Amino acid sequence: MTDGNRKSEIGNRDEGAPPLPVGPRLVESILLPVGTAAVLIAFWHAAVRLSHTDVFPSPLSVLRGVGELARKGVLARYIADSLLRVGAGYSLALVLGIPLGIALGWYSTAARAVNPVIQLLRPISPLAWIPVAIVLFGVTNVAAIFLIFLASFFTIVVAAMNGVRNVPGMYLAAGRNFGLSVPALFSRVIFPAALPRVLTGLRVALGVAWLVVVAAEMIAVNSGLGYLVIDSRNAGKRYDLVIAAMLLIGLIGLVLNTLVRQVERLRAVRWGFNAP
Amino acid sequence: MTGNAEVKVHIQDLSKAFHTNGHEIRVLEHIDLDVREGELVCILGPSGCGKSTLLNIVGGFLPASSGDVAIDGLPVRRPDPRRIFVFQERGVFPWLTVEGNIGFGISGLPATERAARIAHYVRLVGLEGFENAYPQELSGGMKQRVEVARALAVNPDVLYLDEPFGALDSITRLVMRSELLRIWQTERKTILFVTHDIEESCQLADRIVVLSARPGSIRRVVEVDLPHPRDLSSPRYLALRDSILEEIGLAHRI
Repeated sequence: MTDGNRKSEIGNRDEGAPPLPVGPRLVESILLPVGTAAVLIAFWHAAVRLSHTDVFPSPLSVLRGVGELARKGVLARYIADSLLRVGAGYSLALVLGIPLGIALGWYSTAARAVNPVIQLLRPISPLAWIPVAIVLFGVTNVAAIFLIFLASFFTIVVAAMNGVRNVPGMYLAAGRNFGLSVPALFSRVIFPAALPRVLTGLRVALGVAWLVVVAAEMIAVNSGLGYLVIDSRNAGKRYDLVIAAMLLIGLIGLVLNTLVRQVERLRAVRWGFNAP
Repeated sequence: MTGNAEVKVHIQDLSKAFHTNGHEIRVLEHIDLDVREGELVCILGPSGCGKSTLLNIVGGFLPASSGDVAIDGLPVRRPDPRRIFVFQERGVFPWLTVEGNIGFGISGLPATERAARIAHYVRLVGLEGFENAYPQELSGGMKQRVEVARALAVNPDVLYLDEPFGALDSITRLVMRSELLRIWQTERKTILFVTHDIEESCQLADRIVVLSARPGSIRRVVEVDLPHPRDLSSPRYLALRDSILEEIGLAHRI
């Protein structure tokens, strides 16, 4: 990114803060976390060796486990299946949650009616919904997707609602002053003004949706990384595969989060993320 | 210079009261004021005297409790793109570039005409080279220029400015005042300018409307017949400023 240089040319806000040279930044953002991970893995390895455990796998046997999954051809399929389930449930939550949240943010009477119900349902763990999901959808893939939907839906609704509620009155007044109709006011002022908060909600919701993949895949389905955790434990106590699946879930979660963070760096929304 | 021009904004016996928790707070009382076409009128008063409320009523954002506001003989009922309200620089849309902001109110124009209009106002407010910058990357004074350009781009008859330079540092504020005068002389808009700054009103206005503390009413209307550019050390300027200081009841020394 070259915006550090651009900024110091324009305006005088950042005159005291020259952009960091690339070298130290690279060290901080890549080498430091990699170093931390290396230390933890070394510690894990040493702990397994010194305790002479024959249940808990060493880092190396976990790595071999991943290789075994890849050779059997299930690794890519499980990852794809989990991503598809989360993708389906999350997309549904997004498509329904954003319009609902925007409507609730705009119509305060509707919000007063609906918000208590949302706040009541929101703290219920998706785990508690498992029996309900099975009653509603049977022991099927749909039940799993429903759980993921539930896990992300309320977060998205609340973020969109608060985003719209917090649009400064000045922006609305300016939009009205320029003669915007109500639909135009929504598309040209309210939506872009609320977008940073909505994006934050989407990022948090994606994290939660991915978090719930294990619980969702406990029911019904016979593929996916969550299923792999349960199945490896039940079928032969393969703890190397349990840990492998856990780490893969973590790794993919990290990648998803990083991808969504890239959206937050777009110039049209960046103002909402590093406000002074 | 505008003595014979027609009345643009007509305010008659305007009063405003707010009701909160059963209490009535009277904010404005019996305001009568005519603003002529092309005139720059400053509404001057202490904080909380209702001068912003007055501007919001004239702008169509708030209803009056009683009395009338008419522009070109027609009563004001809602905001209108022919009359643009300029906030402190916080009214600039942060999700749009300088160009996007300035072109905000003219999205209905054909693309080439719109681009030409944007380019014209970018030049007028001196933001060449910053067309694609986002407000976040600009200083306070530059954001204020963007907002003034955004207002001018729709070619309004009237500009309402509500303490537009209040958040700027004192040097930028002086620069912006002379910029505003330059633009006003080029574009010949009718301007209502709300301020609590006596010097500012003396530097800018054709007429200064001095409001009392709440409930705000007009204490005095001062005609300023000093030509622009005004010499801020001339005896006439100083006499004007002192007479307003006296009117507001402030001592000459601190």
